[in-house]
Amino acid sequence: MAGAAGPGSGPGSAGRDADDSLYPIAVLIDELRNEDVQLRLNSIKKLSTIALALGVERTRMELLPFLTDTIYDEDEVLLALAEQLGDFTGLVGGPDFAHCLLPPLESLATVEETVVRDKAVESLRQISQEHTPVALEAHFVPLVKRLASGDWFTSRTSACGLFSVCYPRASNVVKAEIRQHFRSLCSDDTPMVRRAAASKLGEFAKVLELDSVKIEIVPLFINLASDEQDSVRLLAVEACVSIAQLLSQDDLEVLVMPTLRHAAEDKSWRVRYMVADKFSELQKAVGPKITLNDLIPAFQNLLKDCEAEVRAAAVHKVKELCENLPIEGRETIIMNRILPYIKELVSDTNQHVKIALASVIMGLCTILGKENTIEHLLPLFLAQLKDECPEVRLNIISNLDCVNEVIGIRQLSQSLLPAIVELAEDAKWRVRLAIIEYMPLLAGQLGMEFFDEKLNSLCMAWLVDHVYAIREAATNNLMKLVQKFGTEWAQTTIVPKVLVMANDPNYLHRMTTLFCINALSEACGQEITAKQMLPIVLKMAGDQVANVRFNVAKSLQKIGPLLDTDALQGKVKPVLQKLGQDEDMDVKYFAQEAISVVAQRLRKLDFPVKDSEEHRAPGPDKNHFLRPGMLGEDTGKFLSLMSRQHKETERLAWLLRGQ
Amino acid sequence: METKLPPASTPTSPSSPGLSPVPPPDKVDGFSRRSLRRARPRRSHSSSQFRYQSNQQELTPLPLLKDVPASELHELLSRKLAQCGVMFDFLDCVADLKGKEVKRAALNELVECVGSTRGVLIEPVYPDIIRMISVNIFRTLPPSENPEFDPEEDEPNLEPSWPHLQLVYEFFLRFLESPDFQPSVAKRYVDQKFVLMLLELFDSEDPREREYLKTILHRVYGKFLGLRAYIRKQCNHIFLRFIYELEHFNGVAELLEILGSIINGFALPLKTEHKQFLVRVLIPLHSVKSLSVFHAQLAYCVVQFLEKDATLTEHVIRGLLKYWPKTCTQKEVMFLGEMEEILDVIEPSQFVKIQEPLFKQVARCVSSPHFQVAERALYFWNNEYILSLIEDNCHTVLPAVFGTLYQVSKEHWNQTIVSLIYNVLKTFMEMNGKLFDELTASYKLEKQQEQQKARERQELWQGLEELRLRRLQATQGSREAPLQRLTPQVATSGGQS
Repeated sequence: MAGAAGPGSGPGSAGRDADDSLYPIAVLIDELRNEDVQLRLNSIKKLSTIALALGVERTRMELLPFLTDTIYDEDEVLLALAEQLGDFTGLVGGPDFAHCLLPPLESLATVEETVVRDKAVESLRQISQEHTPVALEAHFVPLVKRLASGDWFTSRTSACGLFSVCYPRASNVVKAEIRQHFRSLCSDDTPMVRRAAASKLGEFAKVLELDSVKIEIVPLFINLASDEQDSVRLLAVEACVSIAQLLSQDDLEVLVMPTLRHAAEDKSWRVRYMVADKFSELQKAVGPKITLNDLIPAFQNLLKDCEAEVRAAAVHKVKELCENLPIEGRETIIMNRILPYIKELVSDTNQHVKIALASVIMGLCTILGKENTIEHLLPLFLAQLKDECPEVRLNIISNLDCVNEVIGIRQLSQSLLPAIVELAEDAKWRVRLAIIEYMPLLAGQLGMEFFDEKLNSLCMAWLVDHVYAIREAATNNLMKLVQKFGTEWAQTTIVPKVLVMANDPNYLHRMTTLFCINALSEACGQEITAKQMLPIVLKMAGDQVANVRFNVAKSLQKIGPLLDTDALQGKVKPVLQKLGQDEDMDVKYFAQEAISVVAQRLRKLDFPVKDSEEHRAPGPDKNHFLRPGMLGEDTGKFLSLMSRQHKETERLAWLLRGQ
Repeated sequence: METKLPPASTPTSPSSPGLSPVPPPDKVDGFSRRSLRRARPRRSHSSSQFRYQSNQQELTPLPLLKDVPASELHELLSRKLAQCGVMFDFLDCVADLKGKEVKRAALNELVECVGSTRGVLIEPVYPDIIRMISVNIFRTLPPSENPEFDPEEDEPNLEPSWPHLQLVYEFFLRFLESPDFQPSVAKRYVDQKFVLMLLELFDSEDPREREYLKTILHRVYGKFLGLRAYIRKQCNHIFLRFIYELEHFNGVAELLEILGSIINGFALPLKTEHKQFLVRVLIPLHSVKSLSVFHAQLAYCVVQFLEKDATLTEHVIRGLLKYWPKTCTQKEVMFLGEMEEILDVIEPSQFVKIQEPLFKQVARCVSSPHFQVAERALYFWNNEYILSLIEDNCHTVLPAVFGTLYQVSKEHWNQTIVSLIYNVLKTFMEMNGKLFDELTASYKLEKQQEQQKARERQELWQGLEELRLRRLQATQGSREAPLQRLTPQVATSGGQS
């Protein structure tokens, strides 16, 4: 399309002048002002196109002032505008002019809607990088200061996100000013601003000189961490991670740890939850020594917190916590100081806690090794496999591979079976669905023999579940099992049972037979499909329920590629033609669709030349001797023809005709 | 609710709209999620409150207040207040039954005493009273049992310690309402921090608790003049956080109800602070998802403002138009309802300022495929006052709505809507037959013009797109031949759009 766009005009100033006269700014601005929000939005999203049409100078002089003046609009439009402007530096003439973009973004950073404001801040951060140090101090820093001392909380909130991008490249005097502004925002009257400041505290600390961190950031951190609103205090916990990374162990102990200890026992559960949620990050940030002395006791408290939310959050971190402990002495610490708490949590009163535990507890196997797993963890797994809450059992079963690596699954198989059976019959179909999805995995780990003996009947029972999603999942499951155990297994265990259902009085079960055939035919291969499945499908074409009949048509279409001409021509086609005359509209429709697919297939088989494109590659040399003395252009077709393994007779017939 | 309270707030406030628990409408689809939720075993409520009670002392019943001579009354009162400061675990309903009973009896007695006996409230008991109240009511609210708690759908999580808590609130209320109560003494204890914690409790899921809090905060606002500005500011913070950060706060309706009566008492001319509250807090509150829970109270506040100062009308209506719901028809109906309430009190001079954008929006509502929205919008024409406003300004209003009405009258699927539109069109005809004929005549022409415009727009953008590609080529060309100077950034930023 680029080529079509008149290359004649050519690149150069002459062409550009002509374009400018075509698009006076008024027309473009009209588009940006359209009464219809959607059209306005579309125009804003193509703002770069408009700017390109205007050229850098007029974009600076005319478009940007217009955008700055008309900031009052739908938030949707403002969001698009804020996003666009972040990539606009090139369109206003490069980094030297990047500061031209600041006025509209400054207005956007003060609007009420958080999404717009955040996007404007994001774009400002992006543009700040394109400023030269001089421009940064001349234009960007003043903007940050203006925002930081704005009347309404929105502009002050936005300012919080901009300190860290302009600080590193500012001069020392300006740096001091920036720190001063940040300090005052940390003690702002409005909690929204204090929250914004608290959430950027860590980021800001990272760009500061270490002395400033110790002298200025730490007091701010301590203040925020003891704010009257818990929503502020909990954000200080996040900042704690970044600040801790910057300080030496001694400083950490003196400057940060008292506050962190306090946060872990805050009276608001939200703060304690935050500590639990950030535990791994905190652990890495404070290092192994403080972890052992302070964090492990705090963690123990969180594991027995009175709020289930906090316990669950802490439980989620158990595995990571253990993994990150220093390898030396790790086992002892876990066995003596963590495991006793976990043992109690297995019978927690809250099911969310138990579910969380079940999702991570298996991960401890690899850390603790075979003996400890058998002695200490196995009883817990077994207890959880009997838990009243199905999600707990499911989480254990879904993580079985961890145990399998360490002690082998056999240890569990006796308890596993009742758990699986119960989940398989759970009243909630989503639970049943979940366990079906683990069947192929379980089959692989338990082996064919165990599977045939214990689980096969379950897999078959799901086929007649009263929920469609389960029946569907069950058919897919069968396919995966056949892929795992092979066609021979399929022929003896699965296929006969599936085919028997074709005579079931319930039409839904008869349809399941068809769905299974659809899923299994490919995995089972041509022979089983043609000899065992096809006759059943054909027979079902006479079913009295229309749904079954049109599914027959669909199935025939599906298994068609696995059948040969004789079967297609002699058996499938007549049946489909009959279905094509069916009284039911849908049956007719699907039959006709199948007929056209089968006909295509037959054409291909009859005139295999058409297949030449696909079969050009495989093994042409093998049949060199058959190559007849034809014109060069046809050789390809012959070669491909020779490579085909089936359709022996037809190929010969065609060859004879050809010669 | 078994509160023995006077009707929720002052006589100037709305008649508690939406405060009585309305039974949620039964879901029509067969997959009721409510029934599923009910089936889930109720989690035992945890209580952050109980956490810090360690060495629990045994409570023994004290003599009755009425049995002691007046000289010993205050000493006994202090001991009773101290007794009531002991907390009990209500999650374990059989734990320490005797202690619970002692505290309950003591609380009952205190309620009785402060409500009926004169001369009890002397200065030294104030700190004890406030301490007892603080210990009992101030607590971190437990996490919601249901993270996506829907106030209209779900059963609220009731406070387990309500048997005691209710009596404490009742005591607090009677304390504030007692003729002996002296705000000048109490303000030393009921300070900003106290109020802040009181406001945080409004997030309680228990409607009984919020009901008490509402009345109490209203009394506090009335009696402590020095706290008024602070209370208003903290309410603002709660609302702003609710709008822009969390979208979750259970007590919005209650706070708005209090504010409704506060606004009613604002002196004229309105202070900038109050106007800012309307424009930057109340109007954006309309954008919140759970608007239906507090819309009645919100609309009341807005109308109160307009009755105070009609010049705010334009701001309000433009604000509502800005936040007009795009997809939620239920909210759209609420907006239309509020708009009608506003139009009921609008001054004709204000109407002229907003008539055009307003009626364009009304016309859009009429063309809504959701018949309730269309119907609600068309009901505007049943309002005599609105009708008279339309008539006075028909040269502006008619052209703004005519095209849409005319089109919808031919296309709407719902017969009721079609006949309502016919009525409206008939009214127009009677209002100004000549204008009506002109509009009918120009309708077709306008349609054609619209199509023409759309075509022109398409051409414009096509041209712009071609130009963009040409420029891109040019810059790429210039990169290869560095003699031609064009900024290379154009290519990068243009290329990603």
